[in-house]
Amino acid sequence: MGRYPAGSPGWRDKVTGQANYGADFSLPGMITGRVLRSPHAHARIVSIDTTEAGKLAGVRAVVTAADFPDLPSEVVAGGESPVNYRYISCNAIARDKVLYEGHAVAAVAAISAGVAEQALKLIRVEYEVLPHVIDVRDAMRDDAPLLHDNLYTEGVDPKPTKPSNIAKRTEFLLGDPAAGFAESEIILERSYTTQPVHQGYIEPHACVASVAADGMTTVWSSSQGQFMVREFCAKLLKIADSDIRVLPAEIGGGFGGKTTVYLEPLAIALSRKSGRPVKMVMSREEVFKASGPTSGGVLQVKLGARRDGTLVAAECELAYQAGAFPGSPAIPGCMTAFACYDIPNARTVGYDVVSNRPKCAAYRAPGAPMAAFAVESALDELALELGMDPVELRLKNAAKEGTRALYGPKMPVIGFVETLEAARAHAHYNTPLKANQGRGIASGFWFNIGGQSSAAVHINEDGTAEVVTGNPDIGGSRASMAIMAAEVLGIDYAKVKPLIGDTASVGYCFLTGGSRVTFATGKAVVEAANDVVQQLRARAAKIWKCEVDEVIWKDGVAHPAQGQTDTRTQLSLAEIAASAARTGGPISGKASLNVGGAGPGFGTHLCDVEVDPETGRVTVLRYTVIQDVGRAIHPGYVEGQMQGGAAQGIGWALNEEYVYDDQGRLQNSGFLDYRMPVASDLPMIDAVLVEVPNPAHPFGVRGVGEVPIVPPLAAVANAVARASGVRVNDLPISPPRLLAALMK
Amino acid sequence: MSKHHISTTINGEPVEFLCDTAQTLLDVLRDELGLTGSKEGCGSGDCGACSVLVEGRLVCACLVLAAEVDRCAVETIEGVAQGNALHPLQQVFLNEAALQCGICTPGIIVAAKALLEKNPDPDEEEIRFWLAGNLCRCTGYDKIVRAVQQAALVMRSA
Repeated sequence: MGRYPAGSPGWRDKVTGQANYGADFSLPGMITGRVLRSPHAHARIVSIDTTEAGKLAGVRAVVTAADFPDLPSEVVAGGESPVNYRYISCNAIARDKVLYEGHAVAAVAAISAGVAEQALKLIRVEYEVLPHVIDVRDAMRDDAPLLHDNLYTEGVDPKPTKPSNIAKRTEFLLGDPAAGFAESEIILERSYTTQPVHQGYIEPHACVASVAADGMTTVWSSSQGQFMVREFCAKLLKIADSDIRVLPAEIGGGFGGKTTVYLEPLAIALSRKSGRPVKMVMSREEVFKASGPTSGGVLQVKLGARRDGTLVAAECELAYQAGAFPGSPAIPGCMTAFACYDIPNARTVGYDVVSNRPKCAAYRAPGAPMAAFAVESALDELALELGMDPVELRLKNAAKEGTRALYGPKMPVIGFVETLEAARAHAHYNTPLKANQGRGIASGFWFNIGGQSSAAVHINEDGTAEVVTGNPDIGGSRASMAIMAAEVLGIDYAKVKPLIGDTASVGYCFLTGGSRVTFATGKAVVEAANDVVQQLRARAAKIWKCEVDEVIWKDGVAHPAQGQTDTRTQLSLAEIAASAARTGGPISGKASLNVGGAGPGFGTHLCDVEVDPETGRVTVLRYTVIQDVGRAIHPGYVEGQMQGGAAQGIGWALNEEYVYDDQGRLQNSGFLDYRMPVASDLPMIDAVLVEVPNPAHPFGVRGVGEVPIVPPLAAVANAVARASGVRVNDLPISPPRLLAALMK
Repeated sequence: MSKHHISTTINGEPVEFLCDTAQTLLDVLRDELGLTGSKEGCGSGDCGACSVLVEGRLVCACLVLAAEVDRCAVETIEGVAQGNALHPLQQVFLNEAALQCGICTPGIIVAAKALLEKNPDPDEEEIRFWLAGNLCRCTGYDKIVRAVQQAALVMRSA
C-alpha cells in the first residue's frame, strides 16, 4: 500500500464550513417540527387533546401515537443487534405510557419554531403519574414499579409467572468453574458499578422529511446508516422500502448513538399530514434526555488463579440498564468480559434490566467497556496480590490463535500478545513516577463485524474514477475507500473520488457500526475495483485482438502477458477509458457481498495519573494506546480512532454520569454539567499501531474504531489506585468520590 | 413587535438583515443568511461549535443576540479561506487528520485562528486552554493541538 498523500478526499468541505450536516439542509416551503416531551419519569397517558394546538395560526400538523401503526412486539434481525420495532416505535412516540422524562408524547409542525413551541404549550396531556425506578438494583427487586406489564424474564426456566423489569437472563459457560475455583490457590472477588454515559456527539439528531402527494417519501438525515433509516421508517410507518429514499447528510459524530431513529418517523408523519417538507432538530437537552446513552451497570467479578499467575477460573455477573425498553448490551458484556484471556473454566451471567431512563443506544463496543472495567480492575488487584508485573500477568494468560473463547469460537489470527509486548517495551512503561502518581494498564477486546456491503466503481472518460458506497463516513472511511480502490486500479489516489450514495443510488449497505466499514465495505470496494480491472483487461484484449488472459494489469496499465513478443504498446487506464465508447461502452464495476471473517481487535492502554490528595482531582499525565489494527489503510485516521476512543473512555472513567433527582428527572442535561473531556483535561495521546494482518481481508484490515474505548476505564482506575493507594470500584472517579475514599 | 433592521459586515462584505429580538446571531447566520458553517451543538455556549469573531473578539454566536451586531464586523468560518485558497490551519487540519466527523472543526478553526493572530507561537498548554471551550468528541484533541502548532509554524515561516 502506497503512502497516503496529504489531504482527505471529500473532506475539504468540512474545513470550510460548506459540508452539509443534518441541520444544514433546507427545502422550499419547509416548516419546523417540535416535540412535546414527558415531564414525568413514569406515567400513564390518560388523554391527549391537541385541538387547541391544531387551531393555532401557523400550525400545519400535529401527531401523536394514534398517527402511527400499533405494531406487534416481535424481535427481528436488524440494526447492530436484534430489534423489536414495537419498542422503537413506542420510544419514538409514547403509546399509553411515558417511561422516562423526555419521552416524546406528541409532535407539531408549524411555519416557525416559535409557533411550533407555542403550539406545544396548547397540547393538553392528562397523566396518571406512576411510581418510577431509576437504579438498576432497585429495578430488579420484586416490589419494583413495573415498566411493562407484559415483560417476563426470558432465559429462565421455568418461565416466570409474574412480569418483571428483568427482560432477559443470559449465561455463557466454559469448562467447570466450580472445579476451577476449587483448585485455585488465590481467589479474588469484587463488585463494581458504572454509570450510563452519553455518546456525546456534538451534532444533535436532525433530519428533513418530505412526503409527496403520491406518497413518495424522501428523508435527508444524519445517521450511521441511510439504509437503516429507510428500513426502520418503513417498518414504523408501514410503507414500502421502495417508497422511501434516504439521503445521507454528513454525520457530526455518532459513536453508535445514531444507529436508530428518533425524529425521522415523526418528521415523515408530520410531512404526510401537512403536505410540506418538515425539518426537525433536537436541542442538546433533548439529546441527553431522549437519545442514547449506553447502559450503566452493576458487576461482580471472581477470579481464581495459581500462585504463578495462571488463571484457572473466572466468573462475572453483570446487570445492565437498558433504559425504558429491553435491549441493553448485557450479552456482548458477557461475551467480551474474559475474551482477552485463555481461561479454561469461566462463566458469565448477564441481566438486561429496564428502568425509567431513556432507552440505551449502542455506544462504541457496546457492553464491553463496563465488563472490561470490572475484569481488568480485578486483574490489577490480582497482580498486586501476587506481586506480579501486570503486563506479565496478562501475557501469561493472553488469548492467542486457537484459544477457545467463552462465547464459543476459537480465536483466529489475533495480535493481543503483540500489544502486550509493545506495552512492555514502550518508553512509557519504563519511565519513573513521582509522588502521588500512578501507572495503570488495561487491555480490551472487541469482535468487529463484517456484514452486507455494496460498492460501485465507475471509470470516467478522462481516466478518473468514482467509488460509491452506502456507508456514512464517520471517521475517514471515504479516504480508506479511495486508497483501496486506487491501489487495485493502480492509479493515483487523487484521481479517485469517494462518494456516499443514497438508498436509491447504491446497493444495500448495513450501517456504519461494529467497526465494519473499512473492513467489509472496503472489501466490496476491492471487489468492485477488481471487476473494473477485469473489464479494462477485456477492453485491452479487444483493442489488441487477443484473449483476455494474454493481458496483465499492473500499475494502472495493461501489458501484454509475459512471453508475448509482438509490437503491442501498453495501454493506460486513461487510454482505455478514453476509447470506452468504441470498445463496448461504459466501464463500471460493482460488488455486493455479505462479508465474513472480521478479525477480532485487541488493545492495551497505559495511563499515568497524578492524584491531588487535597481535592481528589485526577490529572491524566500521559496516555498510550497500543492496538492491533490489522493493517492501517490511512494511519492518521486509525490513530485518530484510537486517540478518540481513549479520550471518551477517560471521560467515562473520571467525570461523565447521569444525575437524577428523586422524581426521576435528569439534572445535568447540558455540556456544562455533563462533563466531557475538553482540550485542557487531556495530555497528548500516543497511538502505537501494531499490525497483525487479518487474513480474511485482501489488505489485512481489521476494525479499529471500537476497541480503543474498552481499556481506558480500568487503565485510569488502576492508575488512580496505584497513585493513591485507594481503589474506587464505582465510576466515575470524580473528585468528590475519590476525596471521600481518600478520607476513609 | 416589528423586527430590528441590522446593518453589519460579515466576512468583509456589507450585510443587512431583519431579526426578532429573541433571535441569536447563530439563528440569523444559519437560518436567514445561509451561513451554515457555524454549527449549533448546544445553544448554551458550552461546545464552541458556533465560534465566530465579533469585532475581533471570539464569541459563541449562540450567546449573542443578532440585534447586538448592528454596525459590527462579524467573521465566520466561511471567511477563513481566501476564495479557493485554504488558510494554513484548514490545510494542516486536512493533512494531519485533525478532524473526524468535522462538526466541531469550523469552530475550532475560527478559535485557533484567533489564537494565532494573538500569539503566533503558542505552546501546547496555551493551545489546550484556548481551545478548552471547543468540544471535540472524536479526536481526543491530540491531532488538533499538533495541527495548530504546525499551522503556526507554517504561518511564521510564510
